[in-house]
Amino acid sequence: MKLTGAQALIKSLEMQGVEVMFGLPGGAILPVYDPIIDSPIRHILVRHEQGAGHMAEGYAHATGRPGVAMVTSGPAATNIVTPLADAYMDSIPIVVITGQVATGSIGTDAFQEADTTGITMSVTKHNWLVTNANDIPNVVAEAFHVATTGRPGPVLIDFPKDVANATMDWYWPTSIDLPGYKPNTRGHSKMIAAAVKMLFESTKPVFYVGGGVLKARGSEALAELVELTGIPVVTTLMARGAFPDDHPLCLGMPGMHGNYTAVTSMQQADLLVALGSRFDDRVTGKLDGFAPNAKIIHVDIDPAELGKLRRPDVPIVGDCRSVMEDIIRSIKADPQAYNQRADISDWIVTVKQWQEKYPLKYDQPSLTGVLKPQYVIEKLRDANPSDTIVVSGVGQHQMWASQYWKFNHPYTWINSGGLGTMGFAIPAAIGAKVGKPDRVVWAVDGDGCFQMTAQELVTASMEQIPIKVALLNNSYLGMVRQWQELFYGERYSEVYLSPDLPDYVKWSEAMGCASFRVESAEEVGPAIEKANEINDRPVVIEFRTDSSEKVFPMVPAGVSNDNIILGPEGLVKT
Amino acid sequence: MSISYIPGNGSLSDPSDNSGIIHHHVLSVLVENRAGVLARIAQLFSRRGYNIFSLAVAPTDDSRFSRITIVVDVDSAPLEQITKQLHKLINVIKISELDPAESVECELLAATVNADISARGHVMELVALFDGKIIDVGTDKLTVLATGEPSKLDDFSELLSSFGIVELQRTGRVALAKLERQSNKFKNTTGRAG
Repeated sequence: MKLTGAQALIKSLEMQGVEVMFGLPGGAILPVYDPIIDSPIRHILVRHEQGAGHMAEGYAHATGRPGVAMVTSGPAATNIVTPLADAYMDSIPIVVITGQVATGSIGTDAFQEADTTGITMSVTKHNWLVTNANDIPNVVAEAFHVATTGRPGPVLIDFPKDVANATMDWYWPTSIDLPGYKPNTRGHSKMIAAAVKMLFESTKPVFYVGGGVLKARGSEALAELVELTGIPVVTTLMARGAFPDDHPLCLGMPGMHGNYTAVTSMQQADLLVALGSRFDDRVTGKLDGFAPNAKIIHVDIDPAELGKLRRPDVPIVGDCRSVMEDIIRSIKADPQAYNQRADISDWIVTVKQWQEKYPLKYDQPSLTGVLKPQYVIEKLRDANPSDTIVVSGVGQHQMWASQYWKFNHPYTWINSGGLGTMGFAIPAAIGAKVGKPDRVVWAVDGDGCFQMTAQELVTASMEQIPIKVALLNNSYLGMVRQWQELFYGERYSEVYLSPDLPDYVKWSEAMGCASFRVESAEEVGPAIEKANEINDRPVVIEFRTDSSEKVFPMVPAGVSNDNIILGPEGLVKT
Repeated sequence: MSISYIPGNGSLSDPSDNSGIIHHHVLSVLVENRAGVLARIAQLFSRRGYNIFSLAVAPTDDSRFSRITIVVDVDSAPLEQITKQLHKLINVIKISELDPAESVECELLAATVNADISARGHVMELVALFDGKIIDVGTDKLTVLATGEPSKLDDFSELLSSFGIVELQRTGRVALAKLERQSNKFKNTTGRAG
C-alpha cells in the first residue's frame, strides 16, 4: 500500500491507539492536516500552541495514556517548548509532532524555520528529525515506546514538509530497535531484602511518596504496603492522591508549604523510604539539614535519581509498583521476621500528637467579611464528588488547593510541579476533561495564571468541553507578593495586577463561558452549586479573595526544614 | 626503535603534581552512529555543568556505532552522575570508565615549531627520541607529529616549547580496555541503565 508521508504519520498514530490530539496547523505541517479529515482521531483546535502541549499533559495525567500534540514549525515549535519542559520535569508522557521546513531548506534560515530538535534536546527524553518517509512508522513506534516506558517523559518528532509529501510503502513495525534503551523495571532481589531488613529495624520510618508511584500505577500496592507495615505516608505535590488523605496514616504534603506533621516527621525520621520521589529542593529545604538522622531507601526507575542529591543506603532501580509488590511478597514470605519487627507505636503516637497540635489553619472572619481563598477551596471540595479532578496553575492558589482539598483517589490532582508553569491550569484541565469526560473537572486558578492561557477557554467553548474554573482573584501575583512582604520588607515590586482589569466575568462570557463573580463567603456555596448545574459549556467563577492572605506553613528558601513558620504569628522552632 | 622515550614518574601525571590531571577520568562511550549524537552529549555536559577536558569521536568497525572517548575532570561522585545521565541518552549504548592502569591510551600531537638552521638538528633529535615524524619543512620551521600516551605527549610538548611552538594541536585521547590475559582481570565499570 502506497501512502504519503502525511498519511503514514496519521495512520501510525491510529496504530498507536491515539484517540485525540491537540493542535494548530500552519505552513510546514499543512500536508499532515489533510488526512486528519478522514481519520477517526479527534483533533482539538487550540488557540495557542502552548495550550496544545498542556492539554496533552492534562490528558496524560488524567488517563495514563500518552497525550499527543501537533503544531507547525518555527514559532509554533518554540511555543510548545514550555509544555515539553514542563512534561520533562514532571515525567509526563506526551508526543509532540512539529512541522519542519523541507529537508532541502533546513539550515538556510527559511521562513518559519527553527532548529526544533536542537532547541528541544534538553527538554525531551528524546527527539527525532524524520528525513525519509520510509522511517515514519518506525519513528512513531519508537517515540511512543520511549515516552511511555521507563521514566515517562515528552518526546518530539520533527517532520519536514517534503517528507510529508513523499510516498512510502506502508508497514507497521513488529519490534522496536533501540539498542541503547532498555529500562530496568525489576528491583534487585538483594536490595529488596536489604530494604525489608531496614524497614523492620526502623522505629521512626516514613514513606516519602512521589509522582513515580502514580506513574507506576502503584497506589494499590502502596495501600497494601502501608496496611502491612503501619508506616505513615507523606505525599509530595506530585503524588497527592497516590495515598488517600482520609487514611489515618496519611500525613499529607511535605515541603516548603507542607504541613507541620509531614515536614517534621521527615526531619525526625530514622528511615525515609523514597518511592518515586527525587529529593527536590522544594521538599528538602536546605539539603544538608534535611532528615539528618534518616537512613534512605530510594526506589526509582531512573538510576540517575539514586544518589543525585542524597546518597541512599539502599538504592533500588525499578518500577515503584513492581518493587513495592516484591517488598510485600518478601515480607509475607518471612512471618517470623515480620513478627519480630521493631515497634513503631511510639512514633505513630508522636506523629498523631503533631497532627492534633499543628493542623492546617486559616481564619475566615465572617460570612460577609473579606473572603479567604482557603475557604473557597474547602467549599469546592465539600460540594463536589470525591473523584473530582482538580487542576491548578502555579502559585498561592496551587498550594492552597493541594493543602485544603482532600485527595482520596489517584489521578485526581493535576498540576505543574517541577517547572512551576504559570498558566498550566486551564489547558491542562481541558486535556483532563477530554480524557475523562464523565468526571467533574475543576481548574483552580489564580488571576496571574488565568491571564496567561485564558484564551483556551475559547477552545473549550467551541469544542464543548465543560470544565469549571475557580479563579481566585487576589489582584496580585500573590506568591511573589508574599515573598516581597516577608523577605523584602514589604517593598512590593511589579506584583499588582488590579482586581477589575480585566473584567474576568465579561472576558469569560466573551469566550463563551458562563461566568459570575463572588465577593463574600456567603455567596460561595450557592455559586458553586450554580456552576455544577451548568454542563453545556465552561464555567468561570471569579472569587474576589483577600490580597494579603499568605500560604502557611512555610519554610523559607535555603534554610533547614526545622525552621518551619506555622503562621503569620511568626517563627516556631521544632 | 632502539632509543625511544618512555614516560616515567617525572611526567605531568605524577600524583604529587598539582596540574589536576590526577582527577581525569576516561569514559569510553559506544553510541549509535546517528546525526546529532555528539550534540546531545555536548549539550548534556554543558547543561549539567560538567567539564569536558578532551573528546575524540570516530566510527568503529561496525558502521552502526561510533566510539566517543571523553576525558572528564571531576571527582568520582559527580562522575557517577555523569555516566548515569549519559546512559539516559537513547543513542548511548554502553559506557565504560577506563582505569589508566588497565587500559591502553593513545593520542596524536601535531606541532609547528621554530627550527632555524642552528636548532633544526636538535628538534630532529628530539622528534626521533619520541618516535615522531617530521611532516612538513619550512625555511625556519618544522611541523612534527607524535603519537603515544598523553603523558608522553605532555613531555614532548614541554620539550618542544624551548624551541618556540608556533602552533600545536592534540586530538584528545582514544582508549580501549587492556585485553584480558590469564592473570590480568580488568574490571567492568558501569552497569546498564534505563
